[in-house]
Amino acid sequence: MKNGSLIRLQQLSRRYQMGAETIHALREVSLEIKRGEYVAIMGPSGSGKSTLMNLIGCLDTPTAGQYELNGVLVSDMDDNRLAEIRNKEIGFIFQTFNLLPRADALRNVELPLIYAGASASERRLVALEALTSVGLADRVHHKPNELSGGQRQRVAVARALVNKPSILLADEPTGNLDTKTGNEILALFDELCAKGHTLIVVTHEEDVARRSRRIVRIRDGLIASDEIVKRET
Amino acid sequence: MILFTELFEGLKIAWAAIRANKLRSVLTTLGIVIGVVTVTLMGTAIEGLDKAFLKSISFVSADVLYIQKEDWGPKSDAEWRKIQKRREITPEQEAAVERGATMARAIAPVCFSQRLITYNKRSASGVTILGTTDQLLFTGGGLTIADGRFISAAESDGGRPVCVIGTTVATNLFPREPPLGKKVAIDRHAFEVIGVLSRQGDMFGDFDNQAIIPMTQFNTVLERRTGVDMIEVKVRDTTEVEDAKEELRHIMRKARRLAPGDPDDFAINQQDQILDIVHKVIGTIAAVGLFITGLSLFVGGIGIMNIMFVSVAERTREIGIRKAIGAKRRTILMQFIIEAVTICLLGGAIGLGIAWPLTLVVQHFLPASMSLSILGLAILVSLLTGVISGFFPAWRAARMDPVDALRNE
Ligand SMILES: Nc1ncnc2c1ncn2[C@@H]1O[C@H](COP(=O)(O)OP(=O)(O)OP(=O)(O)O)[C@@H](O)[C@H]1O
Ligand SMILES: [Mg+2]
Repeated sequence: MKNGSLIRLQQLSRRYQMGAETIHALREVSLEIKRGEYVAIMGPSGSGKSTLMNLIGCLDTPTAGQYELNGVLVSDMDDNRLAEIRNKEIGFIFQTFNLLPRADALRNVELPLIYAGASASERRLVALEALTSVGLADRVHHKPNELSGGQRQRVAVARALVNKPSILLADEPTGNLDTKTGNEILALFDELCAKGHTLIVVTHEEDVARRSRRIVRIRDGLIASDEIVKRET
Repeated sequence: MILFTELFEGLKIAWAAIRANKLRSVLTTLGIVIGVVTVTLMGTAIEGLDKAFLKSISFVSADVLYIQKEDWGPKSDAEWRKIQKRREITPEQEAAVERGATMARAIAPVCFSQRLITYNKRSASGVTILGTTDQLLFTGGGLTIADGRFISAAESDGGRPVCVIGTTVATNLFPREPPLGKKVAIDRHAFEVIGVLSRQGDMFGDFDNQAIIPMTQFNTVLERRTGVDMIEVKVRDTTEVEDAKEELRHIMRKARRLAPGDPDDFAINQQDQILDIVHKVIGTIAAVGLFITGLSLFVGGIGIMNIMFVSVAERTREIGIRKAIGAKRRTILMQFIIEAVTICLLGGAIGLGIAWPLTLVVQHFLPASMSLSILGLAILVSLLTGVISGFFPAWRAARMDPVDALRNE
């Protein structure tokens, strides 16, 4: 692996044009994240956290700058290639879960496998395995509205894990959960981190951020600080 | 493999979406249902019409040529008047044809007249009387004898007043008794019935309301003609029809003493001409039908497009989720086109279900049935409507920006 970096952002900018006004959501941000890191991104509302996550997750393309993922330049890939990258390399976990309401847990988890072209039997096997790993083996045929918030987020985590991605991206994963269920999800993240997964979590709760190993603070589209979390056992 | 999986998944998603909006889906299919019913009925009717026409002109076989003053094509009043002034075809010319035609199997002169036939107190009016020879039976025309016999060679050369009658005449004059041997009166002249023809059909006038008598009788008893209305020539071999036509033309021009530069003042007609006219008429009917059908399908297609746009808007978030998880543009495009096609095929199936009993009704009037080709056409048409009307909404869905789509509430 080149430089050992999984994610390498170089002067990445994202601007939005709103009529005559240009909004600088992200201003020439440079950042490197290594495989196996657990990073929290913090900052006030509107500072550009989600914008950064969308760029890292290849949902969005930068206005300027370069983004290398796994040593491959993705910042000027076309839509099709980006979709492939999202499918294989990225696992998203959203604040609002973003599960398909009409599909049951199993089918929601199977979805990334469908787009990867896996066979039906393989899909089922892998999806069941993922659901079991998040502790939902007994809820596979429940629809999202038949699950609690915490359970929904577990389904989302299982879905994010199912294609064995390089990075897990979570934008306010505990924002819609109470403290107890939020902690359960964070415990799950600890577990995943221990297994070697790379995690990037956006949050504005100091407690949540403290669970990670590194905190990147953003203000007005710029990185304000980047520090390693000291653990007081 | 991926394409197949995506296709299958697309179908699954489409089916789920349709089931989730049952009433809406059913209402949307209505346009297609009506379209497919029109397509099917129109197709069936046109096929039936075609069959009916072809059947009704089967009395004109492909290897028979008809020498007449006028040709069979449609013509203007002026042309018609000009043709009326043409010289008639004389028995001498007929004799010339008999002598000169090398490719003919049989040749028969024919004269026509409309007369009243009576038997006791019964009468048949407007009967076409054909004065001809025994050869008419061999020149084709699909004449077959149902009962008795045709006029003989001796009878056509002079002899006795005999007649062969069509089925309409037979049933009108002899509802209860066998007609053979009875003496009917044509213009108060007695003719003995020696045969009854089998049924021929009536699409172009009633061919069963006719009576055939020997030419000599026609010209001595009924009328005193100096010419004949028509010479029927059966060609020996179907491959020789064109050559035979050319030969006959030569003989006729010579017999009518036409100078080399003069245009023909007679016509040699054949089945092709009727087929041409028939196909023109059917073609026009088909075009009108196609237009009406196209219109109803167009309206149906717009309805589908409309609903698909609504569906895409409603499911913006779903599209965002799918894209975030790795669905490509192509995948999303296919998903929504498949949904539109599924709705249309459903409508097509319902349409066929409605059209089927209706074609059974059509069958009472025309020799029509819902053929496999029409079935295929209906399915193809609904498929195409689905693809076309689904394309633009699907395109919009496929091009959505995933971030925007995910932000949609
Ligand atoms: N599609 C857009 N069009 C215009 N401006 C946008 C768009 N998306 C984001 N922005 C602007 O970019 C800036 C950064 O937005 P972003 O969503 O990244 O903030 P955030 O840090 O995630 O905030 P929050 O904590 O509230 O989620 C904001 O000022 C926002 O208004
Ligand atoms: Mg945000």
